[in-house]
Amino acid sequence: MSDRQLAVEFRGVSKLYGALAVLKELSLSVPQGEKIALIGPSGSGKTTVLRILMTLETIQAGTVWVKGEPLWHMPKGDGLAPATETHLHAMRRHIGMVFQHFNLFPHMTVQENVARPPQIVLGVTSGEAEQRAQDLLRLVGLAQKGASYPAQLSGGQKQRVAIARALAMQPAIMLFDEPTSALDPELVEEVLAVLRDIALEGKTTMLLVTHEMSFAREISDRILFLDGGAIVEEGPPDQIFSDPKEERTRLFLKKIIAAGHRID
Amino acid sequence: MIWDWDFALRIIPDILRGLGTTVIATFFGSLLALAVGLVIALANRSDVTAVRRSSRGFAEFIRRTPLLVQLYFIYFVLPQAGVVLPPLLCGVIALGLHTGAYLSEVYRAGIDGVPRGQWEAARALNYQQGQTWLKIILPQAIPPMIPAIGNYIILMFKDSALLSIIAVPELMSMSRNIGNDSYRYLEPLTIAAILYLLLSGIAVLLLRIIESRSGMARLTG
Ligand SMILES: Nc1ncnc2c1ncn2[C@@H]1O[C@H](COP(=O)(O)OP(=O)(O)OP(=O)(O)O)[C@@H](O)[C@H]1O
Ligand SMILES: [Mg+2]
Repeated sequence: MSDRQLAVEFRGVSKLYGALAVLKELSLSVPQGEKIALIGPSGSGKTTVLRILMTLETIQAGTVWVKGEPLWHMPKGDGLAPATETHLHAMRRHIGMVFQHFNLFPHMTVQENVARPPQIVLGVTSGEAEQRAQDLLRLVGLAQKGASYPAQLSGGQKQRVAIARALAMQPAIMLFDEPTSALDPELVEEVLAVLRDIALEGKTTMLLVTHEMSFAREISDRILFLDGGAIVEEGPPDQIFSDPKEERTRLFLKKIIAAGHRID
Repeated sequence: MIWDWDFALRIIPDILRGLGTTVIATFFGSLLALAVGLVIALANRSDVTAVRRSSRGFAEFIRRTPLLVQLYFIYFVLPQAGVVLPPLLCGVIALGLHTGAYLSEVYRAGIDGVPRGQWEAARALNYQQGQTWLKIILPQAIPPMIPAIGNYIILMFKDSALLSIIAVPELMSMSRNIGNDSYRYLEPLTIAAILYLLLSGIAVLLLRIIESRSGMARLTG
């Protein structure tokens, strides 16, 4: 591992739903600026990893570190105590998330969806927030849609607004949970194009859960293959896709190809 | 029995005074109901089991017993416990509690109707709890509640006739008293019925206007 500061680190994290262990002592680390793609079969725990980072799910064992600070805990004496809401609030500043189903605010215009959160949460002035929102909407190709309501947009447009909204908070770490899987096939590329721009810009640490294997291969620095709540294999995209070491990775990729998806 | 116009015109001022009292009772009863409903709805969501249980039990009790019983309780039983309230206030409290128990369900449905993803998006954007309620949840939860809230208030307006039983000088009791005194019931009761109908009708129209302006159209696109 390089001596770059880690943006994200899981150390022996377990997540249980009742008796069901969804993550099993999972460990991973993501240096700042790295683009990670999480792949794996349905139910393997990919979404759960992101939701834990976004503080939407608690953990039952282990520790999660964000920029060198514990996320779900606070330093107390020599050990760690459970995090307070104040601590979680402070930690969430570093992280933004784009959801599979967009979760735009339907009662606000597109412009308001992007401009209000920085105003309300970060205390950015209204003038600056509106300006930033316009810039971001231009970036995602929706400069003309500011006055529309989400219900008036296509899925691809909704997801691009959701990306702009997350970017407006200027998080160091961006989480994407299957951002294109709720979209009609012809709308996928317009969203991938925006993601590509963000990845190329370089500064932002990205954790992307996706079934778009060729896109994962194209933009990520590293692939994590999850199965059964643990990381089975990780490595550079070319190695994972061309020369997987683990039998389970190989089987998974075979199924993906059999289902008609490309991985090159 | 023949309609007597002279008599009818003579009793109209008294009946209108009764209508005034009915409107006042409904107005303050509604304010109380909106507040009581909110308190019950929030208490029902409390993290404290005892709070949740007692507020649910209370709402259930109110909804499962007749308004008349509640009215008698406040008017006849409370004084025996040393709490003596003027009749109109008793009426407002009974109407407010009764309708409030129903409104708590309307609030619950409205709040539950906001998808979980909205809470999660608010959290992901680092909204605090109060900001999430005010800026994200309530603006989406309230517009769909408006028709139901309006209907409960219109029901309350009609139910307020029960206050005639505890001698609140509202529309029903004024009309009945005129009848008792004059042995002519046709005119006062007919006028009362027309007034109930007229005001309910106006309220329904108002409600339609509010509904169409409340932003529901935007939400559903
Ligand atoms: N709220 C919940 N209650 C109980 N079990 C849950 C809950 N959320 C997720 N799970 C279970 O946790 C496991 C991991 O879920 P997760 O959503 O992380 O999988 P995933 O890898 O994202 O799958 P997919 O590719 O289908 O999105 C699954 O078995 C799922 O059924
Ligand atoms: Mg998932």
